[in-house]
Amino acid sequence: MAKKPIGPVRRDFAPWDDPQAKPYIEFRNVTKTFGDFTAVDNLSLKIYEREFFALLGGSGCGKTTMMRMLAGFETPNAGEIFLDGQNLAGVPPYKRPVNMMFQSYALFPHMSVEANVAFGLKQEGMPKDQIAARVEEMLKLVKLQDFAKRKPHQLSGGQRQRVALARSLAKKPKVLLLDEPLGALDRKLREETQFELTDLQYELGMTFLIVTHDQEEAMTMADRIAVMDRGRIIQIATPAEIYELPNSRFVADFIGDINLMECKVAAKEGEICRMTSVEFGCEIEVAQPVEAGIGETVWFAIRPEKVRISFDEPESRVNAVTGEVWDIAYLGDVSIYHTHIANEQTVRATVANRSRVVERPVGWDDKVWLSWDADAGVVLTK
Amino acid sequence: MRQGPSWFNVTSLVLGFSFLYLPIVLLVIYSFNDSRLVTVWGGFSTRWYGTLLGNQQLLDAAWVTVRVAFASATIATVLGTLAALVLVRSGRFAGRSLFSGMVYAPLVMPEVILGLSLLLLFVAIDQARGFWTIMIAHTTFAMCYVAVVVQSRLAGFDRSLEEAAQDLGCPPARTFLSITLPIILPGVVAGWMLAFTLSLDDLVIASFTTGPEATTLPMKIYSQVRLGVTPEINAICTILVGVVTVVVVFTSLLTKRREVRRAQDMRQAEAQA
Repeated sequence: MAKKPIGPVRRDFAPWDDPQAKPYIEFRNVTKTFGDFTAVDNLSLKIYEREFFALLGGSGCGKTTMMRMLAGFETPNAGEIFLDGQNLAGVPPYKRPVNMMFQSYALFPHMSVEANVAFGLKQEGMPKDQIAARVEEMLKLVKLQDFAKRKPHQLSGGQRQRVALARSLAKKPKVLLLDEPLGALDRKLREETQFELTDLQYELGMTFLIVTHDQEEAMTMADRIAVMDRGRIIQIATPAEIYELPNSRFVADFIGDINLMECKVAAKEGEICRMTSVEFGCEIEVAQPVEAGIGETVWFAIRPEKVRISFDEPESRVNAVTGEVWDIAYLGDVSIYHTHIANEQTVRATVANRSRVVERPVGWDDKVWLSWDADAGVVLTK
Repeated sequence: MRQGPSWFNVTSLVLGFSFLYLPIVLLVIYSFNDSRLVTVWGGFSTRWYGTLLGNQQLLDAAWVTVRVAFASATIATVLGTLAALVLVRSGRFAGRSLFSGMVYAPLVMPEVILGLSLLLLFVAIDQARGFWTIMIAHTTFAMCYVAVVVQSRLAGFDRSLEEAAQDLGCPPARTFLSITLPIILPGVVAGWMLAFTLSLDDLVIASFTTGPEATTLPMKIYSQVRLGVTPEINAICTILVGVVTVVVVFTSLLTKRREVRRAQDMRQAEAQA
């Protein structure tokens, strides 16, 4: 079966699908422990040049440790890290061609904005006039030309974030590491900055590695996302693939909202797999190859926005359940309907509020039918 | 609503301050006493300040004291800062709690014991006592005060600042000089000043560790008081009080002004954003 594109394709850029492509950053069987705690567990990862790569996971999943090992602040217990073909073992942080933007920004409080940006260039021994030119260029890039003489405490949170960005970009690193870069900003500023960072990365043609616990941030900015849990990578894929084709219940549950139903495989006919769910009391059919034998337990996962809600009984009882609306969350752009079906189970359906006036709105305690298409959900075996 | 402090607050304030400062005020007043007798007021005069300038012994003692205080405070600041760095930064190592306890010990150890043990040491190694031994002794006990002050400054230090400097290509030693030291400098300076004042007014340890040719000002004053208090002593004490007051007021005004300006700057920055 030819691979159908899933989701928006940002640009004609997919070196990870090319077996000939040389990885720019490579983690080879890297393990890092702190006492009894294994932060990173025998992990291998390839990141390609000019890629915007996100490490996504909850706290303690090892994502920050990965970044700190690449920057040189932690030494792996086992395994190797390569950057542009060079083994980084034994290279101290101040000799690595990567720069990091810290979560706390880590601006030097006793230096002006200008001096902060110039700091890395001075260490290189760059001539003074070149430093001045480069600092000016960087401050222009982040639109802070008028603030060169200020001290960090004389700036707002968003401005400090941009100084930190300018400082870490000034040396033109091979890789820019971003540690929760937008965590300290308020929501509106964060959304703006996400797009700014994406554009910046594209313009500069640099490789960016971002660590975040915020899935929205990762999905907005990254070319590929690695979802991590307890020191392991659960799935690496593009944002759309992660969302539409999660490879496990962990990823499905972690990214966005999803309905999970435990099922038993009843029959397989070619591409069609038929399952029954005792819990939900329904028959489910998917047009997807399923790696499970007849009678085995699998999970059917479907996103709330792919579930239709209506008063009319659908023609087929396959891929449909009936229930009573229990709760409605009106969020303005969408409404989320929590519907109680058989056995105290809840199915969530999200409906976009397309028009202001609805002839017969679905209300609390209404009897409704929920249905979905055969290619709307995915079957998970893990 | 009633404005200002209540009568209770005013009384407490007056009582507290009198208890603290009445003796010093008396001392200052009597330093301008014209009479030779300390407790009898004989009119206003500054003549004791004049005789003070002619008293070579007292001036010599003052010069020794300042030199000892300056040298010991400087060495104690270097050693104390290093100790604080190890205690805050090195994480867990064998003997850390022992080391930390031992740094604090001189804070609570009776001065007599410290003085005596230092004296025994100098005798044992056959070190001639004088300027150098006082200086070493003062360094020993002032170092722990510096360590405590610098440690508190380091505890609030964001380590990612040093990591950021290294990340930008700055080797560890240069990072310490260009990032860490400037940021903890207020703590280091405060530690130095504390060490300086401690050395300036120490009597017990200096008496134990001194030799015939080095007499510090507190020792001189103490030995003269034993022969009877003269208005001259009042005068020199007033000068000391004056110097300390000026330094304390100056530094607190300076920090206060910086804090106010910083708070203003931050409010402005947020308002503009």
